[in-house]
Amino acid sequence: MNTYYNPEDLAKFGTMGEEAPKLWENFMQYYGAVFAEGALTAREKSLIALAVATAVQCPYCIDSYTQDCLSKGVDEEQMTEAVHVAAAIKGGAALVHGVQMKNIVKKLEL
Amino acid sequence: MDAREEFKKLTQIPEFEECVEDKELLMTDRMSVLQINVGRLCNLACKHCHMEAGPNRTEVMEKDVLESCLKLYQEWRFDTIDITGGAPEMNPHFRWFVEEAVKICRNVMVRSNLTIMLEEGYEDLPEFLAANKVTVICSLPHYKARNSNKQRGEGTFEKSVKVLQKLNALGYGKESGLTLNMVFNPGGAFFPPEQSAMEKEYKEHLGSEYGIVFNNLFTITNNPIGRFGAFLIRTGNMEGYLTKLYEAFNPGAAAGMMCRSQLSVGWDGRVYDCDFNQAADMPIEGVGSIKDLPGTSYKKRRICFNKHCYACTAGQGSSCGGSTA
Repeated sequence: MNTYYNPEDLAKFGTMGEEAPKLWENFMQYYGAVFAEGALTAREKSLIALAVATAVQCPYCIDSYTQDCLSKGVDEEQMTEAVHVAAAIKGGAALVHGVQMKNIVKKLEL
Repeated sequence: MDAREEFKKLTQIPEFEECVEDKELLMTDRMSVLQINVGRLCNLACKHCHMEAGPNRTEVMEKDVLESCLKLYQEWRFDTIDITGGAPEMNPHFRWFVEEAVKICRNVMVRSNLTIMLEEGYEDLPEFLAANKVTVICSLPHYKARNSNKQRGEGTFEKSVKVLQKLNALGYGKESGLTLNMVFNPGGAFFPPEQSAMEKEYKEHLGSEYGIVFNNLFTITNNPIGRFGAFLIRTGNMEGYLTKLYEAFNPGAAAGMMCRSQLSVGWDGRVYDCDFNQAADMPIEGVGSIKDLPGTSYKKRRICFNKHCYACTAGQGSSCGGSTA
């Protein structure tokens, strides 16, 4: 193995059920239900999944949900906006944690 | 670059016939649509075009072939004449053929790229089509200019909008009985979205932004042959795309395959099961030309398949009339 991330590994996702079939079955059932049409459309859910995938930096999920979004008629402009939502939340989260830094500075400095 | 050579290399993907359990589906059924590809000449050279049509193509159907089409239509009792290309309007016999076709067929449709109707000598085509009550099926790959122009060329979306507005003004897409349908193609190596959802989106955007109305949207899966096939090979996407098509095989869509109910005629008179088989150079075996068919009776035939046929059976299915399952 010359890389931790191998595109072929995505197709081996199901092997995670080999030692724990019940847990895998439960997970897949839950996963399927989450992405079904509901109060949100399957397309909206796919866009959310893509944004989360970039935030958690999972290359498998980015690959899967970019393709899934394209097949659901989402275009590059819309996907880019979704990724910016993820970036804004991640950036905002980093900045708002700066308040903790400021609190500590205030407490410790003369 | 030949897509059929690439298909041979992909041995992990079974032959199409092996996937179809009901072997009756490998045979034709009642003939309904006579689809006539009147030439590969086109004013555009769209990236997804399976016919590789364009301004430099010279293949154009002659009048005697068109006459044979009209004869066979009546003898075999088809119910639809579907005129395609290229830009079918560029065939010099186009207007004559349409006028003859509407005399014997109540459902004549023309597949148009729209933009041709702004070219010199073609500006009065909207009126001509309306006067003959021809159904217009137009290609508009997306409701956003950027996405559409990426496939068909810069400025084509804006021209298409102008022509659509003119067609609407003539009554197309309204309650007038003049039908205007649109075709969506994915902008790459992925599947089309669910047809009715995309139709709703098209209607909302084209209606609110340009005041355009139309009847139905057909979502068509890009077929891995012709210019699109060459793109897949060039970019290393053929294996992945064909695998996706195969894995999405839907037995329900197999029953609705358009090849089961149509005869497709090439510019030179050779006959095929569909336009994609024309592009893949897979004529019906045992028939030389459409000119040999008038005077013979229709017999069910075995359809010619190859791995590109998975494009018609993937997911919601695909045909020249949109999804099938």
